[in-house]
Amino acid sequence: MTEKVDTIVVGAGPAGSATAYSLAKTGHEVLLVERAKTPGEKNVSGGVLFGSVLHKLIPNFWEEAPVERTITKRSLIFLADDSSVSLDFASPKLGKPPNNGYSIIRKEFDQWFAKRAEEAGALLATGILVDSLLWENKRIVGIKAGDDEIRAKVVVAADGINSLLTEQSGLRKDPQPKNIGLGIKEVIQLPRDIIETRFNLEGNEGTAHTYLGCTKDYPGGGFLYTNCDSLSLGIVMKLPSFSNGANTKAPEFIDHLKQFPYISRLIKDGELIEYSAHLVPEGGYRDLSKLYTDNFLVTGDAAGLALNIGYALEGMNFAIASGIAAAKTIQRAKQQGNYTKKTMKYYQHLMNQSFVLKDMKTFRNAPAIVNNMRLMKTYPEVINNLALNLFQSNGSPRPKLVNLLLKNIVREVSLPHLMLDGIQAVRGL
Amino acid sequence: MTTKIETKLGTLRYNIDKEAHIQVNFQLCKNCKTKSCIAGCPAQCFQLIDSEIHFQYEDCIECGTCKILCNKKAIQWNYPRGTFGVAFQKG
Repeated sequence: MTEKVDTIVVGAGPAGSATAYSLAKTGHEVLLVERAKTPGEKNVSGGVLFGSVLHKLIPNFWEEAPVERTITKRSLIFLADDSSVSLDFASPKLGKPPNNGYSIIRKEFDQWFAKRAEEAGALLATGILVDSLLWENKRIVGIKAGDDEIRAKVVVAADGINSLLTEQSGLRKDPQPKNIGLGIKEVIQLPRDIIETRFNLEGNEGTAHTYLGCTKDYPGGGFLYTNCDSLSLGIVMKLPSFSNGANTKAPEFIDHLKQFPYISRLIKDGELIEYSAHLVPEGGYRDLSKLYTDNFLVTGDAAGLALNIGYALEGMNFAIASGIAAAKTIQRAKQQGNYTKKTMKYYQHLMNQSFVLKDMKTFRNAPAIVNNMRLMKTYPEVINNLALNLFQSNGSPRPKLVNLLLKNIVREVSLPHLMLDGIQAVRGL
Repeated sequence: MTTKIETKLGTLRYNIDKEAHIQVNFQLCKNCKTKSCIAGCPAQCFQLIDSEIHFQYEDCIECGTCKILCNKKAIQWNYPRGTFGVAFQKG
């Protein structure tokens, strides 16, 4: 059976729903195809949804969207075996819309967003896996799903990090383990009031933590954020952590994280209600796929649009921004009656102008830092030792602060390494 | 506090397809020294039994780690057919 529409968007995550919503709202014909029975069921969040971009598309979306808590506190925590050093920032300014972050439950949020696209006039088809692109004379002319062929003037790949469509289009190289993180998450249920007491929150305030020093001898980090009545606790490990006969299996890293006293107290008496895992693009600017070709655009994780700079992680916001740009490109292509590279190129232009590619370019050297084991392991240990020496009184004479610093840092890190890391940090961050 | 993988996966809803969405060419695994899939798979779908790789797709949570880690290109990876596979209730 062959059908025909103007635009096919594959994948009803934030990128796909943003594309479909933007197109439908301006009266364009768009089919949004999702492999899950309900949008969101295949998706996993590892962080915070920043509101600025979605607010432009759906003003004051937080009033109707299923968001959990408004993130008003951020912490960066260096973990050692039995101690922790934490850098906390709390401010009502962090929680002020639209430039704030929200914790979200993806099943609910993605379902809401796809429904908004549907209400705006997009045709939402769920439970359908797109098997491949449909080609004719070396041009993409639609998609194949089972026995069905659906033709379109343009196909938008919003099918996530394992984008089979981008692979088939030839726009993306084979992903390399060093450019990919494996996120593993547990959702731990706790009563609202206990969460608010434990994290010193009021009402709908929420917090987001980043952990370093919790991934043994392998590159990675941990995260926690508060939902209304649950915590999302997880780790993101660089994939090379598992190659060459690694002796820690992936699920054991999250168990390891839960053993730190700092963490075990936060999750005490909580009930594990969901275990999940998802890949994260971490190659940055240099590992982006090509964004367009004739009759084809790539958005969100499918293109590698995500940023991990240690203290901040963005993905969902980038996905929505790319979806909006894809829709603008398609609207313009329709006006010109041309869907070749010539008009699709406008997407690249819009993305270059947007904060997404500007940020990714600025922080193009950040992936090297995220792979630096001294940052993941040595510095957290040094900082904890230093803190112990600073705050403990053990009956022996106190050294001066400068001597303490030198003693703790130089003992663990050679001066050339220290300088190299300094240069890397300056270049990358 | 170590939680068994069975307990972790026990929190999930699956609609298991009769046909496997991932095919492994075990012939290629025989010459693989790293066997990164065993450590990397967050659902522990890969097991080493009598020094041979065994794979079962039913517990797969569709992350794609095995495909990217496999340096023998022994894994023919796809998503499960529409509506099948894992269905996260939180995500």
